[in-house]
Amino acid sequence: MSVSSSPALDAIVIGAGHNGLTNAAYLAKAGLKVVVLEKNDYIGGAAVSRELHEGFTYSNCSYMCSMMRQAIHRDLNLSRHGLILVPYLGTVNSGDGDERLISYHDETAAYLELKRHSPHDADAMHRFQADLTRYSQLIRKTLLRTPPDPARLRPRDISELLFLAKQFWSMGEAQIYEYIRFFTMSAAEFLDDYFENDLIKAAMATPGIIGTALGVCSPGSAYVLLHHVMGDVDGNIGAWGLARGGMGAISNALAGAVREHGGEIRTQAGVRQVLVKNRRATGVVLDNGDQLSARIVVSNLDAKRTFTRIMDASDLPDGIREKADNFKIRGSSGKVNIALSALPKFTGVPDNPYVNRGGQAFSGSMETLERAYDCWKRGRWSDDPFVESVIPSAWDPTVAPPGQHWMSNFIQYCPPQLADGPWTAEKRDQFGQTVVNKIERYSPGFKDLILHMEVRTPHEIEQEIGLTEGNIFQGELTLDQLFFNRPFPGYGQYRMPVRNLYMCGSSTHPGGGVSATCGANAAREILLDLRRPNSVPEDDFFDE
Amino acid sequence: MNRYDVAIVGAGHNGLVCASYLARAGRRVLVLEAGQAPGGLAAGREFHPGFRASVAHTVSHFSAKVVRQLDLRKHGFGHSSPNLKTIGLDRDGNHVVLDGDVLSSTAAADAEAFAGYRERMTRFANALQPFWLKTAPAIGSAGLAGSMRGVPPRAPRLKAPSMTFAHMGYRLRRLGKREMREFLRVATLPARDLMDECFQSDVVKATLSWDGLVGSRLAPRSPNGAVLAMLYRMGEASGGAHAVPAGGIDSLVGSLCAAARAAGADIRCGAAVRRILIGERHADGARNGSHPASDGLAVQGVELDSGERIEADCVVSSADPQRTFLDLVGVPFLDIGFTNRIRRLRCQGLVAKLHLALDGVPEFDGLESPDGRMIIAPGLDAMEFAFDAAKYGECPENPVMEMVVPSLHDPSLAPAGQQVLSAHVMYVPYRRKRGWSDTARHAARERAIDTIAQYAPRIRDQIVACEFLTPADIERECHVTGGHWHHTEFAIDQMLMMRPTYQAAQYRTPIPGLYLCGAGCHPGGDLTGAPGHNAAREILQ
Amino acid sequence: MNVPDPFAGERPKLSPFHPRLKALNVREAWSAWNGYKFAEYYYDAEYEYFCVRNRVATYDISPMQKYEIKGPDAEAMLNRMVTRDVRKIGLNRVGYTLWCTDEGRLIDDGTIFRLGADRFMLTCGSPCGAWLAKSAFGFDAVTISDWSDELAALAVQGPTSCAVLKRMGLDGVETARPFDIRHFDLRGSSLMVSRTGFTGDLGYELWVSPEHALNLWDALYEAGEPYGIQPYGEAATNMARLEAGFIMPAMEFNEALKTVHFEHDQTPFELSLDWLVDFRKPHFSGRSALLREQQAGPKYRLARLDIEGNRSAEGSHIYRNRRCTKQIGYVTSAMWSPAAKANIALAMIEPKFLNGEMWAEIYYEKELRHYSRVARCTSREKPFWTPARARATPAPDF
Repeated sequence: MSVSSSPALDAIVIGAGHNGLTNAAYLAKAGLKVVVLEKNDYIGGAAVSRELHEGFTYSNCSYMCSMMRQAIHRDLNLSRHGLILVPYLGTVNSGDGDERLISYHDETAAYLELKRHSPHDADAMHRFQADLTRYSQLIRKTLLRTPPDPARLRPRDISELLFLAKQFWSMGEAQIYEYIRFFTMSAAEFLDDYFENDLIKAAMATPGIIGTALGVCSPGSAYVLLHHVMGDVDGNIGAWGLARGGMGAISNALAGAVREHGGEIRTQAGVRQVLVKNRRATGVVLDNGDQLSARIVVSNLDAKRTFTRIMDASDLPDGIREKADNFKIRGSSGKVNIALSALPKFTGVPDNPYVNRGGQAFSGSMETLERAYDCWKRGRWSDDPFVESVIPSAWDPTVAPPGQHWMSNFIQYCPPQLADGPWTAEKRDQFGQTVVNKIERYSPGFKDLILHMEVRTPHEIEQEIGLTEGNIFQGELTLDQLFFNRPFPGYGQYRMPVRNLYMCGSSTHPGGGVSATCGANAAREILLDLRRPNSVPEDDFFDE
Repeated sequence: MNRYDVAIVGAGHNGLVCASYLARAGRRVLVLEAGQAPGGLAAGREFHPGFRASVAHTVSHFSAKVVRQLDLRKHGFGHSSPNLKTIGLDRDGNHVVLDGDVLSSTAAADAEAFAGYRERMTRFANALQPFWLKTAPAIGSAGLAGSMRGVPPRAPRLKAPSMTFAHMGYRLRRLGKREMREFLRVATLPARDLMDECFQSDVVKATLSWDGLVGSRLAPRSPNGAVLAMLYRMGEASGGAHAVPAGGIDSLVGSLCAAARAAGADIRCGAAVRRILIGERHADGARNGSHPASDGLAVQGVELDSGERIEADCVVSSADPQRTFLDLVGVPFLDIGFTNRIRRLRCQGLVAKLHLALDGVPEFDGLESPDGRMIIAPGLDAMEFAFDAAKYGECPENPVMEMVVPSLHDPSLAPAGQQVLSAHVMYVPYRRKRGWSDTARHAARERAIDTIAQYAPRIRDQIVACEFLTPADIERECHVTGGHWHHTEFAIDQMLMMRPTYQAAQYRTPIPGLYLCGAGCHPGGDLTGAPGHNAAREILQ
Repeated sequence: MNVPDPFAGERPKLSPFHPRLKALNVREAWSAWNGYKFAEYYYDAEYEYFCVRNRVATYDISPMQKYEIKGPDAEAMLNRMVTRDVRKIGLNRVGYTLWCTDEGRLIDDGTIFRLGADRFMLTCGSPCGAWLAKSAFGFDAVTISDWSDELAALAVQGPTSCAVLKRMGLDGVETARPFDIRHFDLRGSSLMVSRTGFTGDLGYELWVSPEHALNLWDALYEAGEPYGIQPYGEAATNMARLEAGFIMPAMEFNEALKTVHFEHDQTPFELSLDWLVDFRKPHFSGRSALLREQQAGPKYRLARLDIEGNRSAEGSHIYRNRRCTKQIGYVTSAMWSPAAKANIALAMIEPKFLNGEMWAEIYYEKELRHYSRVARCTSREKPFWTPARARATPAPDF
């Protein structure tokens, strides 16, 4: 190999989302020369903090964090790079009418609250939590591991399969069946096995639909439910945390880790194309025409975008383009970020500084949730959508001026395409108004507090941060796209069909959520291929 | 004499298959049927003088092995008419015709794509085919967990299940690396995604999805069940094609009865079982003796509605699992967790049955003869939206359905020159939000007929009589909980070693001597004979 | 103006006896049980313990879960749920019993009161409504009502408990045998008395509707004043029950329905409660699994250990040798028994090692320095505290 053709870079990571940054940090830590290329003038992808109204810092995409692996947090010294995750007290779930269900951390308070709605369910909750914990513990063990390829069965695949089998069998026979059942059934079916109160069911079901194009009655939604609750904050499974400074603080800390190890991050450096020679990725062409070459190229973009937007079809083996076209990455969520002149009050919610700071989930009933999904199927949004509101400024002094607040509202469902034509600014604002009207129903006078509002439909999310259809998971979390099937069968181990090309985004195992696991897992595989010592930590569970 | 080796509850086709096998193995077998005639969901009924129909109106993947082993042909199971074409009706007359491996459609691209699709699905179906006639092994007794403490060693059983798993893995692996991976992806796809990947035309997609969805609580967008149902239905030589046997479904039921009787089994109709009698089993083998502590429960026989008792060492129920355990056995004999799992089985059918007595051959626009299996499902959205209504316990405005005119193939079903139209109408809820009433049933029926009239405008003038059976009516008529075709939902969480639920999935139940052999067992519903065949094998072991 | 309490929904509920408890809880030592504010101790745990062993003391058991189960199918329903033969619990008798999952793992223990031919009360430590609902499925003629908040209850325990009750006017209460139920009229309200308790000593439990709770308290404390009646809390209860060898959830057993890890719950045989499993009665939940376990032998047995020295063996592992190389079990509860003057413990031991040597590795602290010591353990047949008066009828005065 001649000196002139030897690339100056070891690795190019396309996209500075949290997984791209994690990936780069581990590659850099292993001594590789890495550059991260970001199309926007800010880093973080969907984990960002942006000042879109003076004095207010919005985490305008993802807004909570529960899946961030402690092993990575610790290993990359993210705390030293400014990250602190603050656990967040419970949520208030509101029914269609006046019913409110408040979730408390305190056992007695939580029990009494449930008992007020249903003594039966207050009892059943214990079993529900034990079961979810059991399922979570099993799946958490697979997060920081590369899935086996059941069709290939090299020694590594076999040892991974044996690892899984051992974890499975440690649950006992009956629980293995229950686990399989759980994986394939609907959230509604799953919850019916425990609860009888509709508000409690709806409150527990909402994680099953967040970010997914499934309804509470669709088989497979029980797993999505687990995907949202299997994270933890300091060992409390199911607890959610807020990052001080907004979700961008996570990306900034990861960027700090990249730089600490000598990696470089370039913003406003959108990638136009991945260069491929002789079925090997050799570098990229930037939007401005510059070329960069590197030994390997890692894409943090979703699978569809990677293979249909920045790769030439002629560079790909047969069938890959088809797989990318068929990859299910459906926009189903909207986001409304609101700056408020004061902390809103919600009717029927105790006026104390603990509960009032928590989130509000306007979940309604199981039927309301399912009907909202029916609207999505028909290419419109529901007049009564599921809205999850969080007011991070009630916890975090850095994101809004004192006394004022920013409120994050996550909406399920919002269609990526409307039945009656494309998204327009006008329709977007109508959607925003629907959300505000819903909140106003539960908080009279809410509208008067609004200082600024940012409405994001799947259309905006795709335009700004490049998630195809605005899907927050970079691909649906259904069995056909999970584990060794993610993103495509045969490509579940982060290596892509073109040599020296890897993927490290949420389109890969274990999927969406600000967990940093996809990036870390991809780094492990890359280092293995480059015959470098592994720099990626293993999860270290003491008691699971 | 009121003593038999085996009493079988229900003369549905699975009960009869099981009876034949057991009788051939020398057991004294009695089959007890609540209805006036055998056949269960396949039993022919006269719904109007001179006009007959049965809930199941075609045969598609009945096990060839069962036909052969039980000599059903000799016993009168008529050879089928040529396989029925599946015809996806189109409002504009551009019908989609599926005939064996050929799809004709005005969408030329789809016709072309079909070849590849069909080939792949056939490969998958063939890979799975052997397992429909095997027992789904319990995980616990295979290898690792078999050595768990507290589980008595079952050496002879230990080998077979591991072999089944290994065999399954081997057959999948033999598909080739690429196809095996593809199988693992496709197996849980919603029908809609599979169709969107392969085809363009709405009618083609809906027509091809039909066999994945009919009879179940799944809509085109529902993951995790539809593809497996399709593959299950493609499992036999017909490749999923339907046919009306000469002599109709009655000839199948008749041949099964004849085969069972020839093997020495007794069949009694109008003999509803009120309960399955259960007693204590004692270490010394004595029953109900003075021995104080028993080794557990044991089946003793059955008691009929008439009060008559029939003694048997072994009772096999082809009734659905809820009826078997909750009504016939009774919860006092069952553990609480097990009972709860049976209670929680999804057993609410979503298919209503429409029978029309017609004064002539119905005329469908653009169709030469209605001699195929005609499907009214204009598109996947239409199916999805029909299902949406049923989710909330409402009847869909625009139902989707499958129709055949069986009398064209079996003239005995209707008086000369007249015809019967038989339709499966989806999605009609078992439990209507505001309850079923005559008015509601009438309205649902009229909507179904209106839907047909969109394709066969003259149909209303041809109707001599009609009957509409909601799932609740089917429950009552055919003694099947929820009127569910599969007795309980055919979905992954209720499949294989979880069908109907673990601890009853290998045809044995927690009560020694009591077995299941109905559609609620592996592999599932439809006219296949497989559960009855598999159960007999386990019983004889 | 009255401002509504913004924490009203999350404050623990108050027991019907609370006004009196509050006055006596000098140390403000509160915890919570089933949503109720509940005393850890009132003045001094050991003092209260000696009141139980030496005089008379009361324990507020209102937070216990109480369910009324009635109807023609009530007996059959309960009998299929629990491991004991409910048919053998006579009218106005109480039976201690267990209920298990299908796998024979213990869900909870509790007592069944037969209040009529087809009327029962089930009491237990944790809410059990969901399991009862599951158990009742398929039994048409049975109604279950949750009495937990509708029945106040007070345990009166100790050698002079009978004398105090007599002095309160409960004539003939001394003739009640252990596990008998008696009904009395107390100043116009009906009072149910059962000769039951969780201390292993002579004692009673009094059941009354919440509006009469304070009347009962006042009458009892008036009658008990000369006997030095005193309330006791959770801490003293735990000492007394351990001496008596009674099991406690989250100590000896983990409730099966709340257990995450495989077989980290227990079976009746592991808890050495074989006598509570009746294979002669009709089918009950978990029967087949328990039968299999009985034949195969349990993994553990709960043993009563007498341990050298005076340092509690709480949390210790048990070894078969002094060098602590082969672990054979673990301690579930341990303490220094003030009554027996012994270092006692309950421990789960692998059955085949029960008759051999047993050593506990005990960790203890001395002024912030940590030490460990290996102490010899001896298995005891009988509980450490079983006074004859606990079983005597008529009950003695002291």
